[in-house]
Amino acid sequence: MTDQTSSGSFDWTAPEFAARLNKRKRSQIALKLAGLAAITIAFGMLFLLVASLISTGRHAFTQTFVQIEVFLDPAHIDSNDPARGNYRQVLTDTMVKLFPDVADDRAELRRLTTILSNGAQFSIRDSVVADPALIGQTVAVRVPVSDPYDQLNKGLIDRETPEANRRLKDDEIANFDLLKELGMVSKPLNRWLITNADSRFPELAGLKGAIIGSFYALMTCFLLAFPIGIGAAIYLEEFAPKSRVSDLIEININNLAAVPSVVFGLLALAVFLGWFGMPRSAPFVGGMTLALMTLPTIIIATRAALKAVPPSIREAALGVGASKHQVVFGHVLPLAMPGILTGTIIGLAQALGETAPLLLIGMNAFITSAPATPFDSSTALPTQIFIWADSPERGFVSRTSAAILVLLTFLIFMNAIAIFLRNKFERKW
Amino acid sequence: MTLFAFLILFAAVVIGYILNLRAARAIRAGGTKLHSLDGFHGGFSALVTLVPTFFFIILWLMLQGTVIESMIKAGLPDGTLDGLGTGQVQLIMSEIRSIAGGRIFGTPEEWKLEAAERLVSLRSTSSLLLVVLTIALTAGLILLTRKTVRAEFRARQGVERIVLGLMVGCATVAIFVTIGIVGSLVFETYRFFEMVPFTDFLFGTSWEPQIPLREDQIAAKGAFGMLPVFLGTMVIATVAMVIAVPIGLFSAIYLHEFASPRIRAVIKPVLEILAGVPTVVYGFFAILVIAPAIRSFGTDLGLPIAPNTALAAGLVMGIMLVPFISSFADDALAAVPRSLRDGSLALGATQAETISKVLFPAAIPGIVGGILLAVSRAIGETMIVVMAAGLIAKMTINPLDSVTTVTVQIVTLLIGDTAFDSPKTLAAFALGMVLFVMTLIINIFALRIVRKYREIYD
Repeated sequence: MTDQTSSGSFDWTAPEFAARLNKRKRSQIALKLAGLAAITIAFGMLFLLVASLISTGRHAFTQTFVQIEVFLDPAHIDSNDPARGNYRQVLTDTMVKLFPDVADDRAELRRLTTILSNGAQFSIRDSVVADPALIGQTVAVRVPVSDPYDQLNKGLIDRETPEANRRLKDDEIANFDLLKELGMVSKPLNRWLITNADSRFPELAGLKGAIIGSFYALMTCFLLAFPIGIGAAIYLEEFAPKSRVSDLIEININNLAAVPSVVFGLLALAVFLGWFGMPRSAPFVGGMTLALMTLPTIIIATRAALKAVPPSIREAALGVGASKHQVVFGHVLPLAMPGILTGTIIGLAQALGETAPLLLIGMNAFITSAPATPFDSSTALPTQIFIWADSPERGFVSRTSAAILVLLTFLIFMNAIAIFLRNKFERKW
Repeated sequence: MTLFAFLILFAAVVIGYILNLRAARAIRAGGTKLHSLDGFHGGFSALVTLVPTFFFIILWLMLQGTVIESMIKAGLPDGTLDGLGTGQVQLIMSEIRSIAGGRIFGTPEEWKLEAAERLVSLRSTSSLLLVVLTIALTAGLILLTRKTVRAEFRARQGVERIVLGLMVGCATVAIFVTIGIVGSLVFETYRFFEMVPFTDFLFGTSWEPQIPLREDQIAAKGAFGMLPVFLGTMVIATVAMVIAVPIGLFSAIYLHEFASPRIRAVIKPVLEILAGVPTVVYGFFAILVIAPAIRSFGTDLGLPIAPNTALAAGLVMGIMLVPFISSFADDALAAVPRSLRDGSLALGATQAETISKVLFPAAIPGIVGGILLAVSRAIGETMIVVMAAGLIAKMTINPLDSVTTVTVQIVTLLIGDTAFDSPKTLAAFALGMVLFVMTLIINIFALRIVRKYREIYD
């Protein structure tokens, strides 16, 4: 080194070289930091997304109930026709018993009964219809409270806010606090989020219809896309002659994979609903639409899995006299199956989260019962999220987040199965 | 009854298989050598029974609704449907259907009750006929294939031919989907252009699709110029790309060059999670967190920001596209031959210089291809914009303002509307056509760039 500095024309220790080297090192560090910053932003956004969903969604996993003693007054319920009884009046009477001093103020009384969910009268009606012998007795029932009081009980309504800006007035809060002091208010785990179907009232709305609808749609999608996808992939990979037609099919599949999902919705609307007259909002039609979108994914994954099976397997089978079909179906396909299943599950997970095509075929209808068959009107999980996100009631905000958490749980579960399959069965040749 | 037909089919397949299998075994037991294994004789019968009968049942189910409906319509008293629009006819038919299903509202006219009765009887006749025909068809096919079991019959070749045919059928489904997409879009778009002039749609600067549905309704006259909608799409896509490209590229560079394999093994899957989150979730995230945050930030700065600003939708869409761009860039960087990188480092260049002067220029075609694919995704992305962007089309390029996009208009025009005879619903198909053509061109272009570039180093 000393030799060089003395004999060469460059003085490597000169300050301008040191400065240049520093500059180069600085730009190296800058690039590294920029990369780190980019990753931090992406991670931060993911964290923010999950954190905001959990912080708003966790409230929907509990539900405030109030335990009341209801006298099923024969004056209001005809034992011959219990379904038509005046259950609203029954509930009002119950509230009067709890708050005797408001009995003659009708407006006040009406406000008082809004503590109870509007669905309470129907759940009491259903239990009376199921057992008419209850009429005339006093039964203890646990009914959900309406959304504002639910929010109050969960601490989402700030008692410090000036009364004029608050959804519940001071006296309403006092009434509720009285019920709470009497030990009538409970906040159990909200299993109704899963077992109820949709409702206009947030405190009663659940995901049952959406989950079953999504299940039917995914099943239809799987039953259509899986066999057709594998058939197409085997043909293209193992049998198709190199011809114009097979090239055309390949280009087609690659392009289909990149067509926006809403265009598939347009196709389903025009062809399935418009030309074939299939029913609107049916999970079966939704599943068919999703199958068209999942098909390219499955074909591409299957072809990759078939390609990964080494030629020695094929040659050995051919060598002992198997026909081409016997080689493919007896040896190559079973070996490729783990890869195919992994690709299929990932494709189905994408289909589960797909919303836009389902909106176009009307799976965003308001339906208060779970579908009995795949041909009944229904929503799906993502469209239910869309409906709830559009609803003005405050209670639906946490319901939406909770529904998203349920959807994400399903997605994580499906992807975990795919990863498990890949790690467990994938062979390196 | 439909289930019954399928059960019969299943039973017939099993019976045919067993019959032929036993027949083949009997021949073999008699000392004759068969050309094909016994199982192929059984399989031949099963497939020959299954395939035609299955398609027969499907075809029957697809057509019976339409046929029965037209028979009901023909049987209505003369003149009831005269002069009614398609919507009203559909309404009457659905009323008849719900009466037939036992849900009677109010007191329907006598002829509706009669039609409902006929509908019920026609339906039961149809399903009975289906079962009878299924039995006849499967029985015939079983008998037909039972006769084929002979020592010299090439059952294996027969089975393989049928299977090959089925697989070819599967492969052409992809073509039929494309034909279906193009066909339905072209057909409905053509009908749209019969009502609205082509040039008004392409070059009009005002988009007000709320046209009066009835004569006396008060509504705007309706204008179908797609330019403001297109412009809004571009504004949101641009915001998304401004976010996604730098974040995606820098994270790809970091992952490729600076991260140790262990860190890479953690970061890459987490980034992929961002790509796996459903878009409806991003949409909700945009309205729940991002849009309020942007607004309060704007009020602090004194900027007028619309409640559903293009910034919120674009920002969230950008986040969604980060893993897309980063994985494409990563692949492109990894595809550059190692010798280039080693050569540069051997000359004394720092890693940063190697990346920016050697790797990056070499990888640029792949990266550009990836970015183009991301653009096509941004244009076609639906749920984020449906939830977070506006509905009203404006000629503006201000991202703080509220804009609308092609996909938003498609969804809002078609939600809750089934009659395909107003320009309002048909306009959605015209917009879909624009979207399809645009994304197709970008995709073909991008794939060509990526492929061409791969060939350079392969």
